[in-house]
Amino acid sequence: MTEQAPVAPAPAAEPTELEKRFPGAVKRDTRPGYEGHIVEAGKLREVATAIRDEMGYDYLSSLTAVDYFSDAPNANNFLEVAYHLFKSTGGGSLVYKVQVPRDKAVVPSLIDIYPGADFQEREAWDLYGVNFEGHPDLRRILMWEGFSGHPMRKDWKEPYYEEELKPFKNRWPEGQVYRIEDHNPFGKNVKYPAGFDPEGFKESADPALYESLERAARQYSEDIDTEQVVVNLGPQHPSTHGVFRMAVRLDGETIVALKPVMGYLHRNHEQIGERNTWIMNMPFTDRLDYLSSMSNNFGYALAVEKLMGEKAAPPERAQYIRVIMAELTRISNHLWAIGFLLNDLGAFFTPALYAITERELILDIFEATTGSRMMCNYFRFGGVARDFPAGILGKIKGLVSERLPRKIDELDLYLTQNELVRSRGEGVGVVTPEEAIAYSTAGPVLRASGVPYDIRRADPYSIYDRFDFDVAVRYHGDVYDRYMIRLDEMRQSLRILEQAVKQIPDGEIMTGKNPYQVRVPAGESYGRVEGPKGELGYYIVSTGKANPYRYHVRAPSFINLTILEKMCVGSKVADAVVNLGSIDIVLGEVDR
Amino acid sequence: MYGLGVLKGMWVTLVHFVQTFVDDIKWAGKRYYTPEGIAHRSSKDTKGIFTVQYPEEKLPMPEEFRFIPFLLQDEDERGNLHDRCTSCGICAKVCPPQCIWIVRTEDPVTKRPVPEPVEFFIDVDICMNCGYCAEYCPFDAIKMDHDYELATFDRHVENIYNKAKLSKPVSYYASIRPTNYAREEAVRAAEAAKKAEAAAARAAPAAPAQ
Repeated sequence: MTEQAPVAPAPAAEPTELEKRFPGAVKRDTRPGYEGHIVEAGKLREVATAIRDEMGYDYLSSLTAVDYFSDAPNANNFLEVAYHLFKSTGGGSLVYKVQVPRDKAVVPSLIDIYPGADFQEREAWDLYGVNFEGHPDLRRILMWEGFSGHPMRKDWKEPYYEEELKPFKNRWPEGQVYRIEDHNPFGKNVKYPAGFDPEGFKESADPALYESLERAARQYSEDIDTEQVVVNLGPQHPSTHGVFRMAVRLDGETIVALKPVMGYLHRNHEQIGERNTWIMNMPFTDRLDYLSSMSNNFGYALAVEKLMGEKAAPPERAQYIRVIMAELTRISNHLWAIGFLLNDLGAFFTPALYAITERELILDIFEATTGSRMMCNYFRFGGVARDFPAGILGKIKGLVSERLPRKIDELDLYLTQNELVRSRGEGVGVVTPEEAIAYSTAGPVLRASGVPYDIRRADPYSIYDRFDFDVAVRYHGDVYDRYMIRLDEMRQSLRILEQAVKQIPDGEIMTGKNPYQVRVPAGESYGRVEGPKGELGYYIVSTGKANPYRYHVRAPSFINLTILEKMCVGSKVADAVVNLGSIDIVLGEVDR
Repeated sequence: MYGLGVLKGMWVTLVHFVQTFVDDIKWAGKRYYTPEGIAHRSSKDTKGIFTVQYPEEKLPMPEEFRFIPFLLQDEDERGNLHDRCTSCGICAKVCPPQCIWIVRTEDPVTKRPVPEPVEFFIDVDICMNCGYCAEYCPFDAIKMDHDYELATFDRHVENIYNKAKLSKPVSYYASIRPTNYAREEAVRAAEAAKKAEAAAARAAPAAPAQ
């Protein structure tokens, strides 16, 4: 691990800057393995404003809740909301938390201090039942309207619930097979809320969504009184890259209000992750952003290794392999993103297929090394699963130094100067740098708006500090720049790759023995990587047991969608499709 | 000049279009349905048509390719098959979707567990092909297969594989993963030699005492 916990625990007697500034309201988090401060709920907004304006922590990276719950009598049960903040100029994190009782979980909303808190607060409300006071649109976001309960709470049980934690006891040594559907038929274990009559149930057509859409539309005023129409783009629509829906209110062809609707692919990934053991989560992370499984592995491995400490520090060769794989993933992801952005612009599949050809060649390398083209499951705590097979490094060298630069130039020649691409992209969906930071956008969306923030440089992890590369940045913040930035980033990735394949040493690929059950000391950690789509963070809490107590994914696609409405309002409906394409989402990660 | 960008783009497509024919002519019919042709098409020098005409043509599988586990069986001198599996249950404990079921038995006389499992089930509907069972098996008894054409018309019973369906001889494993097989056999042979040496060392000082 090259990365250390950014906030070093100060000597107990010495109050921190924050404690001095807000005596009584801010306490240091003294639990072993924890970092940051605990803030009184009543003072949260004041403290958050001071932290943003006086200390310069202007980027809200992650906001999530943890349910500290035990059904033992007299247990100290509470919900904790954890905030991870960074400076957009780079550096380590600042963490603060708010603790509230489970039955009266009210926390002031930070949406007007950090607009990027919008979806994350809605998610915490949806899954944990934390009521964010002052949030103007606190609706469910991943579950459907009318769903009862908060499925991430520790006392919530899913249908087909088997046991609290894996491994399940009946698999061995008396593993008489059954299909879970036969064992526990749906319907037998469904709990209805009090006063609910399933016979008289009438499907509601998302009244809260349309009400919110209308509320947003009211701010829009026109001299001429026109009739507005509501159009649903999706969930089944080729432009939405999956099952994603945009409820749009239109005045003529102009978008007046837009609300993204998601959760169609929601599988409560985080709850699955908390039932799993530590190592079991690795293949599940592949399935988040299924186009870039290597990056997902990377982030999770970093978060857990941070808690495990020095004994899980990967050896040199493994570090290089990790970087090579992560950068190849970035290239393959950006090829895909550019191809499909052009699809959204109406260039039916020719650019996409040219780009996918190159991606396939990269996937061949993944398949030969890891055994699978997309679900790589390659990283382990303290290294990688296996070394490159014979001949693969040569293949990577051939791609990196001969083919890919030529093909990226070809893509550049093919599309960049194209008048149609320019007229559809330039000045469309403009995001200013201030907005990009405030809305917690990450990755290409942030950097296309002129914010040179790349975690590989701003808060280096693994061995990125050894490589010579530039942070790609563009300044217009429009769709065209979000296309250009992906070309730039691919070229920078090639630079990193050329250095990495030249420098890669021989040696071990794993520290220790790769045990099937790892010991993770109690504590919390937040590991983040610069994924192809933006900042991919994992917030994990360990109690020292075989399973994570809390496993949260800060999904870049999900949080980048917060700014979609802002991008689209005032432009034409056809541009909504292009704006969405330029954010580059993957629904496996948005819905989790 | 307005429209120059479009023309440049069309030039790129034209080059691609012409290359398909040029490459086809250059290979004179050997580009398709031959192993060299397929290898060329997935190399860094590929030009022209990239698609592989599945199922008439199939991409060669790399050795590490993994799809659905199978159980290894050793053959003794008399031709009887023995499971390598010792029903230790590590695969069932590390399986992320928990799709492995193992039945272990006890010897009726000694009451000690019998190594070979009575039954071994994998629900391949649930299996996510992560390869953990093969990776963490300490006896090289479960490995990932290469056979990916598993479509069936049944989705309830047939896809729960039992031991009979999962078991395959070691020779099959050696044929699909020669490098891994050679490496593992070397390790096993070294361990066996060490064990024999230790046993001999233990036996040698004991012998004079008898």
